[in-house]
Parts: sequence; C-alpha cells; structure tokens
Amino acid sequence: MAGYFKSILTGTKSLVTGLKITQAEFFRKPITLQYPHEVLVMTPRYRGHIQLVKNPETGTHQCISCGLCQKGCPSGCITVRGEKREGVKGKVLVQYDLDFTTCSLCGQCIENCKPGAIEFSLEYNLASTRKEDFHYDLLARLEEQK
Amino acid sequence: MDINLVYMVLFLAGIIGFAALNAAYLVWVERKGAARIQRRTGPSEVGFAGLLQPLADGAKLMSKQILFPDGIDKPLFMLAPMFAMIPAVMILVTIPFGPVGFGPFADFMLVAREMNIGLLMIFAFASVNVMALLLGGWSSKNKYAVISAARAVSQDIAYEIPMILIAITIVMTTGSMHLSTIVESQAGGFWNWNWLPLQGNLFGPVTFIIFFICSLAETNRAPFDLGEAESELIAGFHTEYSSMGFGLFFMGEYANIVIGAALTTILFLGGWLSPLPASIPFIGAPSVVWFLLKMYLLIWTVVLIRWTYPRVTLWSLLNLAWKIMIPFALVNLLGSAALIKILPMLGL
Repeated sequence: MAGYFKSILTGTKSLVTGLKITQAEFFRKPITLQYPHEVLVMTPRYRGHIQLVKNPETGTHQCISCGLCQKGCPSGCITVRGEKREGVKGKVLVQYDLDFTTCSLCGQCIENCKPGAIEFSLEYNLASTRKEDFHYDLLARLEEQK
Repeated sequence: MDINLVYMVLFLAGIIGFAALNAAYLVWVERKGAARIQRRTGPSEVGFAGLLQPLADGAKLMSKQILFPDGIDKPLFMLAPMFAMIPAVMILVTIPFGPVGFGPFADFMLVAREMNIGLLMIFAFASVNVMALLLGGWSSKNKYAVISAARAVSQDIAYEIPMILIAITIVMTTGSMHLSTIVESQAGGFWNWNWLPLQGNLFGPVTFIIFFICSLAETNRAPFDLGEAESELIAGFHTEYSSMGFGLFFMGEYANIVIGAALTTILFLGGWLSPLPASIPFIGAPSVVWFLLKMYLLIWTVVLIRWTYPRVTLWSLLNLAWKIMIPFALVNLLGSAALIKILPMLGL
C-alpha cells in the first residue's frame, strides 16, 4: 500500500519536472536556421567541386597543363588540354573541363597537383534538372570570378 | 421577433465562429509552441509569424478530394466526422462565458442557452464524441482504424467514470447542475473556488488534477492519444479520411479541448470570477476576460503536456484510470458527502 502512494507521489513529481523543463525551453532562443533566408558560412574544409586557384599576384591560374589530375582521376571526369605557344615557356592551358556528375570528390586531382593550381570550392547550393548543368568549364569560371 | 431568440441565434453563429477560429488558431499555437519547446521557429512563411498558415491549411483541406475506399460503409463513414463536430458545438451552446453580454444585449448572460441540467447535457453530448471515433474507425474497413476505435472506446469509458464522479461531487457541494449557479457559488475570493476544499470538496486540488487529466483523456490528446498513435496505427480512426472529413475530426478535437478547458474553469476555477478582491475596480470585477484567461491558461497546459510526455501504453492508461483515479474519485465523493454534513455543524 505504501508503494502505491509512493509511486503516485514520485510520478507526480517527475511529471511536474518534465513540464518545468519544456516550459523553460519554450522561452529560449531557437537554434535552427531558416535556410533560404539565413545561411551558415561554409567551413573552409568543405569539399565542393574543384576549381582553379586564382593567383593574387598574376590574377590568373597556376596550371601548367601537366595533366596529372586527369591521369589520377579514378572517375575520369577531368579533361585538361594545353598547347605550345610562341615565346611562352611551357604549355598554355586552353581547356579545363570537369564533369561533376561522375566526380566522387576523392581529391586525387588536388593531391596530384604539383603547383597547387586546383582546390575544393565551397559550393553547396547545387541543384538542376539537367545534367549538362554540372559540366563545368573551370577556365570560364575563373574568368567570371575576376 | 423575440429579442431572446435573436440573441440566441446570433450567439449560436458566434459560437460556431469561435469554435472554428479556436480550432484554426490553436493549431497555430500548438505548432508554434511545439517549435519553441524544441528550439525551432515553427510556421513563419505564410503571413507575419505564420499567422495566415491556418487559413492556407483550411483552403488546402477544403479543395482536396474526398476519397471513399472500396467496401466501406458509406453512410456511417460520412456520418462519423459530423458526429465529431456537432456535439462539440452543441456543448458550447450551454457553456456560459461571462456574466454580462455586450452592447444591446447587456442584460443577458454571455451564453446562448443555459439550462438547469447544463452539466448533465454536456456529459451526454461529450459521450457522442466516442461514437464518432468508433463509427469512423469501424466504417472505414481498415484494420488500423478498427484497432484505434477499440482503443479509443475502452479509454473513453475508463476516463468518463472518474470525470463524472468528480462532477457529481461538485454538483453535491453546490447543489446545482446549472453552470452559472456553480460559478456564482464560488464567489467571494479564490479560496472559495472548488479546487480548494473550503466549499466541501474534500480533496480539492487532487480532484481538479484528476478532472483535468480526464478531460485530456476524453479528448484523446497526448499523452493519451492511443487512438491515433501514428507510430503504430498510421493515423488511427481517421486513416481513411481525406479533405474536410479529416478536417472535421481535427476541428472537433480542438473544439473538445476548448470545452474541456472551459468546463474545468467553470467547475474548479470560478469561471468568470476574479481572483482579486472585488474592492479593486475593473480587474476585481467578474468578467469574460477572466474566463478566457483561465481557459487559455489551461489550454496552454494541454499543449505543453503534449510536447512533454511520451504516449502511455494501453496497459498503463487503464491502470491510471481504474487503479488510481477511480478510487480517489470515489473516496472523494464519500468524503465530500461527509464534509457537507460536517461543515454546517461547524458553522461554516
């Protein structure tokens, strides 16, 4: 019989404690973000699709068209083409295409890149109904960033 | 035409509007409250702070198609949602909200039609709500809906007993089933309200809590929402309902919350009486504002309870009713009967 009344008392007490907690939480600030209106700053180590690094001194990319990124890519989603030009040492990059639909973001291309010409971008808002939208021309993208 | 009749019709229209408005905006309060308790923002896109969200939801519900699954009992299927909403409106007719009306109706009480057996009528119509759940679940030819209907019926039977036992205690101490008489008998300060034992209600606060818990269980609200336990029974008795069939069940549920809170206010918290001494002008006077204030405070507690406690099992639900609340209500009934005899002897 004592257990009966004790269980009622402890039960009531725990119920009141629960109500106190929820009522206290009610007055605290929401911690969620209203996504399209508010966005977080993406952390620097986020892996978006790759992009060409812009050299702040020359204002252009640092790619030497060696093609190691293309060779190292397990998905074969990178196409690099460079050509010899008169009076210029080494090759000049004329095409850098990324097919992001097959990229697995492994980072082999970045590991392979001696001059450090490519990096992960912080793009995370990618959405489209056509897969052609994910075929990037990274050279043109670098031009746009200028 | 008789001004009494005009008043009644106008009030009835007002009551239906009040019930619909409450149903719509209690959903908003519930969603917003739940969000804040879980530290989210809640509805915020439609209108300022999501205030137009209930209207958008209503428009969506009304524009949807009503689906009739194969093999259902169609007349019963269509009757059930009406049974959920009509008794709720019927009950609101007898509930007095305040001592005086407004404008040209200042001589009237703020009630559509009070009757001397008001309390009895409320319990009579409240039990029709169970039938709505039973018919809804039974006629939809869905196993989840049938399980839900069976659960809802056993639950509502279990919880109606302590609720009515406690209502009988209140009727005994006040000597009336007339709701405004019950309120007036609690006049003279908040210590005279029925939730304290001074009027002869032996376990005052305990009965108040039991009555409140029973009103939660009667309306099938969390943590007693076994009837629509979505993790087990999809949506329970309204699984097969779409469009306004579902809408009526939903509105009925919220109207029943309003009724439960209003009834608790009348029976235990002195209705429209002010907790402050009558000598203070304006706020000391009995008014409909006090009634609504107490009622919405109780409704907020109902919302808070939903987002605090997990759903009980059927076993512990019936245990709570039969092992704890019914014995307490019975003892209280007997004790109060004795107290009513003793109090006059002590000159109180």
